[in-house]
Amino acid sequence: MYQLLKQVVKTGLVSEAPPAPDEALREIADRLGETVLKHLGRALAIRHVDAGSCNGCELEIHAANSPYYNLERLGIKFVASPRHADLLLVTGPVSRNMEEALRRTYDATPEPKLVVAIGDCGCTGGIFGESYASCGRVANVIPVDVAVPGCPPTPIAIMQGILTAITARAGG
Amino acid sequence: MPASELHVEAERIPGAVPAVHAVIEPGALRELCEQTRTRGARLVALWGSDETRRGAGFALHVALALPRGLLWLSVPLAHEHPRYPGIADLFPAANRMQRAAYDLVGIHPDGNPDHRKWLRHGAWPGGVFPLRKDFDPARRFAPAGDGYPFVKVEGEGVHEIPVGPVHAGTIEPGHFRFSIVGEEILRLEQRLGYKHKGIEKRFEALTLAEGARLAGRVSGDSTVAFAWAYAQAVEGAAGTAPPPRAAALRGCLLELERIANHLGDLGYLGNDVALSFGFFQFWRLKEDLLRLNGELFGHRYLMDTIVPGGVARDLGGDAAAKIVTALDRLEPEVQRLRAIYDEHAGVQDRFMTTGQVAPELAARMGLTGLAGRASGIRHDLRVDHPVAPYDTLQVRIAAADGGDVAARAAVRFDELFESARLLRLLLAHLPGGPITVPVAVPPARRLGVGWVEGWRGDVLVALDTAEGGRIHRLHPHDPSWQNWPLLERAVLGNIVPDFPLINKSFNLSYSGSDV
Repeated sequence: MYQLLKQVVKTGLVSEAPPAPDEALREIADRLGETVLKHLGRALAIRHVDAGSCNGCELEIHAANSPYYNLERLGIKFVASPRHADLLLVTGPVSRNMEEALRRTYDATPEPKLVVAIGDCGCTGGIFGESYASCGRVANVIPVDVAVPGCPPTPIAIMQGILTAITARAGG
Repeated sequence: MPASELHVEAERIPGAVPAVHAVIEPGALRELCEQTRTRGARLVALWGSDETRRGAGFALHVALALPRGLLWLSVPLAHEHPRYPGIADLFPAANRMQRAAYDLVGIHPDGNPDHRKWLRHGAWPGGVFPLRKDFDPARRFAPAGDGYPFVKVEGEGVHEIPVGPVHAGTIEPGHFRFSIVGEEILRLEQRLGYKHKGIEKRFEALTLAEGARLAGRVSGDSTVAFAWAYAQAVEGAAGTAPPPRAAALRGCLLELERIANHLGDLGYLGNDVALSFGFFQFWRLKEDLLRLNGELFGHRYLMDTIVPGGVARDLGGDAAAKIVTALDRLEPEVQRLRAIYDEHAGVQDRFMTTGQVAPELAARMGLTGLAGRASGIRHDLRVDHPVAPYDTLQVRIAAADGGDVAARAAVRFDELFESARLLRLLLAHLPGGPITVPVAVPPARRLGVGWVEGWRGDVLVALDTAEGGRIHRLHPHDPSWQNWPLLERAVLGNIVPDFPLINKSFNLSYSGSDV
């Protein structure tokens, strides 16, 4: 236990400053009112749904929870059920085998709700495109508020996407 | 060559990997499989192809690992009612591969009791086979229900817990059906295929040059292994060899990928036994490495860095010194964390004897890669069939016999230090010269094989070229295919709350095996 505590003290705090929201990522303007966003922004519950990714985006979502980025310190946490979620973080081109599961997850999420699509595949279908097995981008299946490109997007870009979704449009 | 010992006509497949190809009649398949199995052969992959545009019928392909290399068997099948004698009784891992080959190509294994679909859910109807050449990839079907007959366990007090496809954590989608009594798991049945996104059909619409990017996205966490295997296959078919500097850099990239994944898994193994300290410490170290990757290679996970003909980025200036400095910092930290894990009673209590796969079961079922080495299966391509740069490095295999979560953690620690040692050697003796050579466009009907020991296990890419630098058939194979069925066995007798820990200790790819 002594070694463990020593390591904790030696490591210290490594968390870095979070990024600012980025209006360029917004797909749908002001779907939720400013008042709702104000409340969500202080305690946001996220349900991640992998709808068919290569698992690259998942690596960066994990990294966003690592001590350098420390998403939880911003009042943002990942929850185990869509019924507890305010925001769905969706990765992948939506495989046709996941289409129904994604729709049902979306329906199970209580209003008001937000959707952030993660990665080039989530934004456009990416290299997998649309086919007998792939529905392409997330917006082809459920409404998307913010889309974050990148293959995979960095943890900073993912945080920026989430923060953009929960911030009212500047001057809007 | 291995095949000559087996009395089949086999031809060497050009390229870096020691591999031969043989065409055999369906009637000879089982005998050959039995013969090779008694000599210690492992099943690496099984897939189907449509040869009707080449004036033939269909074909079954089986890749076997023999002591002296890879044997790729092709079995021509009839145009009408293509059938072959199934081999799932000889190689249990063939079960799901045979079912997938039926779903995609429509070739039918005889004598195999399990005829349930595997990759096909409701996205396309039965009797339609997406990897047939007359199948239009733009075709869409109305979504249909996915009826799947799970095996029912009955008895007093037995009940089922269905989990997924959407999981409680940040995990890939799959369905797990537990049959339990109290907290104890009596049976686990997996249903995968949710991430099937038509990768193999997509390859057939790409040129060999374009395919490299897709290969690097079969399973994102193994992008280096798949990109390297793809490059080996294309280079073999084209008669090109990568320059020595590229080979050395590929080795560096593969070991960096191994270290990053092992760090992440070791962190999550701590997290899953309620030691969040472990998660934060290991993920801090992993992030340091990812940032260095990003700085030196332009990508945190090293995607698109290996290309046919060589590598896309060189290490310049003081880059090698930066990696060595990073290793100097990393290794003592991991030593300290290992000591903390080893001495932590709570961690050891949860790790030891949990999710055990005995060596005999592992051998019979064909467990491979990292999980195999933790159950006494001492195979590692870097040791068994070393290609450049491993041919001069004398890689030390990491292995254990415990077969439990503790053993899979120990193998990760050992491999991490071995990867650091290999990186130091490679960086100290980086050859000069170019990092890439031009790759000729191979003619049609050339075979190519890539076979790389990724962090999870051996990744195979089998290629058959078409005219104009295109792909007739490409099968990318992730070792998760072999290991998923062992997870069903590893959890038996364990309690449901230990499932996430056991699952994480294997950390298998859904995307890689759903293709």
